[in-house]
Amino acid sequence: MGSNLLPLFVAIPLGSAFLVSLLGKKLRGFTDTFSNVATFSLLSLSLLSLLLIRSLGTVVYKVGGWIPPLGICMVLDNLTTFMLVTVNLISFLVTIYSISYMERYTAKWKFYTLFLLMLAGMNGVIVTGDIFNLFVFLEIASISSYALVAFGVEHEELEASFKYVVMGSVASTFILLGIALLYSYTSSLNMADISRTLAQKAGGRLVFFVSALFIMGFGLKAALVPFHAWLPDAHPSAPAPISAMLSGVLIKALGVYALARIFFNVLGMTAKTSSILMVLGAISMVLGGLLALGQEDIKRLFAYSSISQIGYVVLGISMGTTLGILAGLFHLFNHAAFKSLLFLNSGSIEYATGTRDLRKMGGLTSKMPVTGYSSLVGSMSISGIPPLSGFWSKLLVIVAAIQAKHFVFASIAVLVSILTLAYYLKVQRLAFFGELRSTLTGIKEVPLTMKLSMIILSLICIFGGLLLLPRVQKNFLNLATGILVNGNNYARAIFGSMK
Amino acid sequence: MIIYLMCLILFCVGVYCILVKKNLIKIIIGIGIVEYAVNLFFILVGYRLRGRAPILAKEQVIQNMVDPLPQALVLTAIVIGLAITALIVAIAMRLYEKYGTFDITKIRKLKG
Repeated sequence: MGSNLLPLFVAIPLGSAFLVSLLGKKLRGFTDTFSNVATFSLLSLSLLSLLLIRSLGTVVYKVGGWIPPLGICMVLDNLTTFMLVTVNLISFLVTIYSISYMERYTAKWKFYTLFLLMLAGMNGVIVTGDIFNLFVFLEIASISSYALVAFGVEHEELEASFKYVVMGSVASTFILLGIALLYSYTSSLNMADISRTLAQKAGGRLVFFVSALFIMGFGLKAALVPFHAWLPDAHPSAPAPISAMLSGVLIKALGVYALARIFFNVLGMTAKTSSILMVLGAISMVLGGLLALGQEDIKRLFAYSSISQIGYVVLGISMGTTLGILAGLFHLFNHAAFKSLLFLNSGSIEYATGTRDLRKMGGLTSKMPVTGYSSLVGSMSISGIPPLSGFWSKLLVIVAAIQAKHFVFASIAVLVSILTLAYYLKVQRLAFFGELRSTLTGIKEVPLTMKLSMIILSLICIFGGLLLLPRVQKNFLNLATGILVNGNNYARAIFGSMK
Repeated sequence: MIIYLMCLILFCVGVYCILVKKNLIKIIIGIGIVEYAVNLFFILVGYRLRGRAPILAKEQVIQNMVDPLPQALVLTAIVIGLAITALIVAIAMRLYEKYGTFDITKIRKLKG
């Protein structure tokens, strides 16, 4: 029963995308309800899988009944459930928000179709156990995100989208090249089988070259610094719910998750790749933070901040120690929550005032209390103010760096967190505090559904630290960490579960 | 060996085209060339000299066949490439409507 659950994660969004595109034009109210039901059922399924995996262990679904490594398989292990919960939680809250927000655009059903396709791609990347399948799902998610960035079809949107497509498709060809080389060496596409073969015959220089290709390809999807140029254009140009999805989960599902899964479970993390990724993470942290400081456009500032925070995640995970991976995954979850909250806040501001320029705002909290206070929670959380979730994950990253004797990285992480506080204080001061501008006296708070999803997200930010309570941590974060720490067990777990 | 080298040259031509050309359409063609170079490489991985088509008929020994799997994969990759090309051409057309030019140096509202 457990394994039959797995294809639903791809089938539900794919099928609902089809239905929405078919019926959405004629039935106006249908798209909202239907998409929300779809994302809600995905969220419940991923929570159910969290319970199921405790009794069943690793679950493998054989597509079409073909036995791996011959056929394609889908894998549900602890890291998969962790990512599924993160992605589907954010996507559900974002669809609630979209009900009112997307009224500004003419073709709401097209938006939902692309949104659900993107979700299908992301869930597919997470559950698949086949490396070419991973590439196909990655492309589904990427292509729909290219189209979503251009959704407004104005000057900036089109330009950003063109840039994004060019860079994204080059990255995809690099990934495909890496897969081709890996296939020529191991004659298998099943990730568990590749890992087993590589354990028997040493890859040497070929594996190193493939690692370089994958770092380039997935690093671009994750917006690590030398490959980040598309993100600050693409993320602000999309409609606010999509910005929240792109920054909140897309760069993590396609970039960080795929990197972690392939490097830890398939190729095997070596000291070389680990230090390359750590350096890239540290550069992303510093450069993203510095560039964010000078921005006047609120969404652009958040986009640069995403680059900086993804640096923390990559730094934590690529350290390879138990605490480092735990910190990285925890920060991944937290960042998904507060960055989508902040992007939804920026969407609310744009909805109410019609501007994204920080210099034209001021005193918004008095008119829009929910947006104001939830963005205060989000900003404080991301810059690491103690009781909120962001503090704990950043603290863990720093402690893990010290524990692994990377003192330089630890001090960079401390300094960047001060930098983060600086530019979020700037946002708060310019947009929400101070005198209300005379031009903004007529604005109103946003509709109920938008408020609802912002409130839920800020509650997650406030109580996110509770995930570190020993009982909770044991059942959620530690299990996901264990998959990456015991990288070699991946193949054994998959082939073992089929017997 | 020489055929792999030519495949690499094709790849480099595509990358050059993407990096250097200023015209949107030429960049799109460059993306196409890069994709085809990688597809060609993937086919070459499964090819063997004087191999025959991988069709399993009755009373036929499996001998000297080319690997059919890369062919199936490349078929998928070509379809994905088609989707990307269709999307990017549509975006380029809209860009031309907005800016009245295909020159990438004149299309720059975003910076920083």
